[in-house]
Amino acid sequence: MPDLLAARSQMAISLAFHIVFAAIGIAMPLMMAIAEWRWLRTRDESYLVLAKRWAKGTAILFAVGAVSGTVLSFELGLLWPHFMEWAGPVIGPLFALEGFAFFTEAIFLGIYLYGWTKIAGSAHLLAGFIVAGSGVASAMAVVTANAWMNTPTGFELVGGRPDRIDLLAVMQNPHALHETIHMVLAAFAATGFVVAGIHAALLLRDRTNRFHRQALAIALMVGGIPALLQPLSGDVLTRTVAKHQPLKLAAIEALFHTEAGAAFRLGGIPDADRQEVRFAVEIPSALSLLLYLDPQATVVGLDQFPRDEWPPLAVVHVAFQVMVGLGFMMTGLALWGGWRWWQGRLADDTWLLRSLVAASPAGFLAIEAGWIVTEVGRQPWIIYQIMRTADAVTPMPGLWVPLVVFTLLYIGLAGVVVWLLWRHIVATADATTIVARR
Amino acid sequence: MVSIRCPVPRAARPEVIVMTIETTVAGFLLISLTFYVLLGGADFGAGVWTLFARGQSAERQRDAIAKAIVPIWEANHVWLILAVTILFTAFPRAFALLATVLHIPLACMLVGIVLRGSAFAFRTNDVAPRAARQETAHRFWEQVFGLSSVLTPIWLGTIVGAIASGRVRAPSGSFVDSFVRPWLAAFPVSVGLLALAMFAFLAAVYLVQDTHDVRLQDAFRLRGLAAGAAVGIAALLAFILSEDAAPEIRQGLADRPWGRSVLMVAASAGVAAQGLLWARRYRPAAIAAATEATLIVWGWALAQYPYLVEPDLLIQNAAAPPQTLRLLLVLLIAGALVLFPSLYYLYKLFKGDIISPKVDSTS
Repeated sequence: MPDLLAARSQMAISLAFHIVFAAIGIAMPLMMAIAEWRWLRTRDESYLVLAKRWAKGTAILFAVGAVSGTVLSFELGLLWPHFMEWAGPVIGPLFALEGFAFFTEAIFLGIYLYGWTKIAGSAHLLAGFIVAGSGVASAMAVVTANAWMNTPTGFELVGGRPDRIDLLAVMQNPHALHETIHMVLAAFAATGFVVAGIHAALLLRDRTNRFHRQALAIALMVGGIPALLQPLSGDVLTRTVAKHQPLKLAAIEALFHTEAGAAFRLGGIPDADRQEVRFAVEIPSALSLLLYLDPQATVVGLDQFPRDEWPPLAVVHVAFQVMVGLGFMMTGLALWGGWRWWQGRLADDTWLLRSLVAASPAGFLAIEAGWIVTEVGRQPWIIYQIMRTADAVTPMPGLWVPLVVFTLLYIGLAGVVVWLLWRHIVATADATTIVARR
Repeated sequence: MVSIRCPVPRAARPEVIVMTIETTVAGFLLISLTFYVLLGGADFGAGVWTLFARGQSAERQRDAIAKAIVPIWEANHVWLILAVTILFTAFPRAFALLATVLHIPLACMLVGIVLRGSAFAFRTNDVAPRAARQETAHRFWEQVFGLSSVLTPIWLGTIVGAIASGRVRAPSGSFVDSFVRPWLAAFPVSVGLLALAMFAFLAAVYLVQDTHDVRLQDAFRLRGLAAGAAVGIAALLAFILSEDAAPEIRQGLADRPWGRSVLMVAASAGVAAQGLLWARRYRPAAIAAATEATLIVWGWALAQYPYLVEPDLLIQNAAAPPQTLRLLLVLLIAGALVLFPSLYYLYKLFKGDIISPKVDSTS
């Protein structure tokens, strides 16, 4: 295996693994804080049990997220030393911000998880909201750094290196706001839907369990509202990509030729050699309309760019379709769930519960697909139109060895986490029956 | 001063540290590392004593250790992330060089960090019934936690030893010359053992105060005495090996007046920690042990000054553009204003009787 491919694979696996725990670390604290807030308001004991159960699950997931995030911060240098040597002074301060946000998160999570009896209820609740807030802040800092790799701004090139660095301009790079919003919404939506799916499954076994009804309502609110907003965020982000990374957009849409009144392609597999997309359903002029609100607008195609700068088209196009498809499915479920909730019959609709169970992994699959679009779609660049990924990789040979080591490590950890959470959920189901019956 | 062992003409070793923005940021890096050693390091030491829990109270030792670190270990771990962040933001050339040449020990350390943290979280938060104590899974995670807590500090110390030895240089020649020889040598490994002993020592002197069970106190006291002796031996070994393996550090410590003072105070603090632990004066013993650890880290840093990575990277020439450094400094100070009160609150909640004892804990 070539070293560059091994390095990219290791980075992809590390990110794909970490993003799951990172997203959960963003959203779970809000859910447990809401449950605790309901407990403080209603003194309904099942809310307290819910907050504690969610907190315990979060403890495991947060720890794995923390250590896999540590791996990533080192991997930036272990795999891409030239990138970090170049970009460290520009995006490093964002990671410093993230470091402090993470510090706050870890400190107050410790207080939240182990301070139930040590501080007053309101202080404890506040600790929960601080965890939730700092989780969002650290996500925004890191995603802003990634957005900068897509649309680098805030520096001048002096002798081939960045100088006169302006952090505010770095933070205001064109992708920053839209990418961070998209990711934070995704984290809440994905986590909310997983948790909703779990409690929906348990409700299907025991429809009258108040604990799971309450859990489902909170999870669906935390997941559902972002799922409703996500299409809007995605639309704005796509138009930003069209403006600043037209090549990536052309790859996403598999648009080989620049054309006016470009069609939107649903599905299909692009073939770069033949310059055609097979098995796609075309909606005439829809792409131009979506991007520029003008059915006759010209959309830049792949033909405007040298072939050696094209990202892998099939991967990017299919990943984008998967992300959008799953996203709209979640939006639909959120509407359905919201309607039932409005009627006060959330837990009574068997088909809704079944659909939520089936859709529970959808958010995380969409997150993975979305990151594939962002990262693979930026190739061959590590910093868009400034540094090629191939020029950033470490000179150390034999990179397949760490790739294998970290892959096995993460597969093993993923298996253990799933097994532990399974036990946790089963134990919760048994224990809460008692509370819920009171 | 030009050393014959060093092919590059060396900058003069200044007697005083010049306060520039570069050295100030380097100072913050050093402070982060120091906190990581004193707090995060002790959590690794706690894992060491989980692995070596012996005797009738073994089960209670392991439980006391877990209870002592569970609310704080993740916060303590962030000091390492902060240090790495400062390094790649302010000294990107140094980060790139270290991450390239020391890829193997860094990757091994990361595997240890992942296994340690995950295993501890699995061990602590597994919701299996109470009978889980006898369960193999619980014991298995404790073993993984303990074993990775032993190996990770050795890797960390080896990395520091390699940096100190002046062998971390841009790759040239064979794979072994470029990526293995810089760290696989007696001196770096001796620093690895020193780190392990130091972390175990710190953990033992902290744990003594964390428990009110006299039998556990005795157990941790004995472990502290043993680890303290091991620190002395490992430090002596590293010092002897440094004559050939890290001559610049050795000269920095032995030939400069302040270098000798740091050595003397560190050694005295170590001896004092042992004596105080022996006399069951636990609180002063912990202070002496922390002083010893701090001075060992600072002694290394001061002896290296003005080098960040011997012999090619000076603090000055490895630094990022000044506007990045200024900004980072502002962020670090602003961050510290949030961080330290939060940390104080955390420690007050969970270690309140240690940081401000109501009664004299020397009984």
